[in-house]
Amino acid sequence: MYSQGLDVGGRIESRKPQTAAEAAQEELFRRKIEAEIKIEPTDWMPEGYRRTLIRQISQHAHSEVVGMLPEGNWVTRAPTLRRKAILLAKIQDEAGHGLYLYSACETLGVDRAELIAQLLAGKAKYSSIFNYPTLTWADIGMIGWLVDGAAIMNQVALQRCSYGPYARAMVRICREESFHQRQGYEIVMTLCRGTAQQRRMCQDALNRWWWPALMMFGPPDKDSVHTPQSTEWKIKRFTNDELRQKFVDATVPQAQYLGLEIPDPKLRWNPERGHYDFGDPPWDEFWRVIRGEGPCNRQRLEQRRRAFEEGAWVREAALAFAEKRRARRRAA
Amino acid sequence: MKEWPVWEVFVRPRNGLDHRHVGSLHAPDAEMALELARDLYCRRGEGSSIWVVPAEAITASRPEERESFFEPLEKEYRHAQHYEIPPEVKGM
Amino acid sequence: MTATNGQLFEYLLRLGDDALILGQRLCELLGRAPEIEEEMALANIALDCIGQARLFLSYAGEVEGAGRDEDALAFRRDVLDFRNLLLVELPNGDFAHTIGRLFLVSSFKEQLYSGLCGSRDARLAAIAEKALKEVRYHVRHSGEWVIRLGDGTEESHRRMQQAIDLLWPYTGELYTPDALDRAMAEAGIAPDLERIGPTWLERVEAVLREATLERPQDGWMQAGGKDGRMHTEYLGHILCEMQFLQRAYPDAVAW
Repeated sequence: MYSQGLDVGGRIESRKPQTAAEAAQEELFRRKIEAEIKIEPTDWMPEGYRRTLIRQISQHAHSEVVGMLPEGNWVTRAPTLRRKAILLAKIQDEAGHGLYLYSACETLGVDRAELIAQLLAGKAKYSSIFNYPTLTWADIGMIGWLVDGAAIMNQVALQRCSYGPYARAMVRICREESFHQRQGYEIVMTLCRGTAQQRRMCQDALNRWWWPALMMFGPPDKDSVHTPQSTEWKIKRFTNDELRQKFVDATVPQAQYLGLEIPDPKLRWNPERGHYDFGDPPWDEFWRVIRGEGPCNRQRLEQRRRAFEEGAWVREAALAFAEKRRARRRAA
Repeated sequence: MKEWPVWEVFVRPRNGLDHRHVGSLHAPDAEMALELARDLYCRRGEGSSIWVVPAEAITASRPEERESFFEPLEKEYRHAQHYEIPPEVKGM
Repeated sequence: MTATNGQLFEYLLRLGDDALILGQRLCELLGRAPEIEEEMALANIALDCIGQARLFLSYAGEVEGAGRDEDALAFRRDVLDFRNLLLVELPNGDFAHTIGRLFLVSSFKEQLYSGLCGSRDARLAAIAEKALKEVRYHVRHSGEWVIRLGDGTEESHRRMQQAIDLLWPYTGELYTPDALDRAMAEAGIAPDLERIGPTWLERVEAVLREATLERPQDGWMQAGGKDGRMHTEYLGHILCEMQFLQRAYPDAVAW
């Protein structure tokens, strides 16, 4: 899901096949896609397909790994031991999901080191939502409820993505994510049923996270360049606007149940459409955040960069030791 | 700088089942690969045995050879449906 | 010889606070580990520690019988009432320091929990049995890192040696029994530290040797954590961060 909103920037062109052999391969590839036969790592695939997948999967992986930071910000301050344990388990899952996805991406012939280098250099994208700060404990509830809620909408569909390793990683991720959203909603619910101060904390968090959550689904369809090709290749199964609508329809009743007010004066149930009408997210803010000017972009990357640089001697030592051990075993 | 090499991970979820390929990871040596495989692929208690194999140790069939590699194996007389047994005959 | 409730309560606090403060230190490492795989491993260990803390502290609250649960104990006591070892409240430092401390503590806990499995207190024995399985993995993981770093590059060797040297003066408190330790041993609730200590030391020395590290000389050993006489300045800051929400919202009943 963290890649849903990221078809911004250059379009990936699909070249016309050059030779008869290539044309035959492309035809076979197209028939597999139609027949819902998975494409596996060593199968022939159009270069555009490969590059689109690398972009999408790596962005998804980066999102998981950067996504650990806003929550990591509160794990030392969780208000009870149970909440601390749950948050730890969730963050650990996210690290794991990042690793599954990097692993799936590497099957396409790219090195993880290269991908990480791009991320740390600020050249790779990750979901914009993680560029917002977690200021109160209620923010942690919002992340679970809204952010993971949005993620789940897209992830379920990605389990049927045409590329085998990505689809399989998504099946694993979906299974593990089942508690992520529920624990978030539980936090929000507990706060709403608590003291006036706790309720206020909750409403404040919702005011700050609602629009960024809607923007996770990416720009409006009319502004989204990659959708048609990705849909044809069965990498993307629903449009941005379709998922955004689905999310609003599902989430508004959940907020109403708790007596929380969604900060959108245009929000109203439309009986003719059978859906909620809602206002336009602040798209200029979206583009700014994507460009690197969000509240936390720099801090997020700075943190990952520092960990990476400070860890160089550790990674080197591990390799040096492995080499020594191998040499000793050979000599023995 | 050299990176930690890739290991492929196979997990037997419980006794009675085969080891299945579940994915890969990066680790500097086999011991760490095993520990990480446990943390990464068996967090929810699904695993009675783990194999980790350096990715370079795996020899894979080539996709262009798929026709000559796999198709000749398909002999229809290896499948039960090939044989007509009258329905009155039970237990087969 | 039986132990009083008061003594058992104190003893359980020691076990719970060790797990809690160590877990808290490990939580600080998220987003800072040398590799994502290591972050997963450390998160796993932190989770185990918090789980153990919950079991020990819940039981402690019951034994005390004053209506305090695991959270009341974790979030509403000040420094003077904490009973963790000094070793677990020291800062993480660099990765060598982090993993060196984890190794020294968990290898000791392995011996301790192993002994506690035979405790006359059935509930404590049950907790120890579960914790022992977890701690064995912590020892394995951290021990292998000590070896890798000790016998890795020149830089990692230097850092690992420095870490061990800095941590060593805090190890005496692990295995030196005080009056409460002796009372628990006599009551058959806890193992005799004087028997566990040498075993622990042997195992540690073996790992240090394999890591090509020098075993530091035994000099003055710091103490004052487990009996609460004198913690370090670090503990106050740990509690400040950990307890913030409960202190800032004292009326809140549920989170």
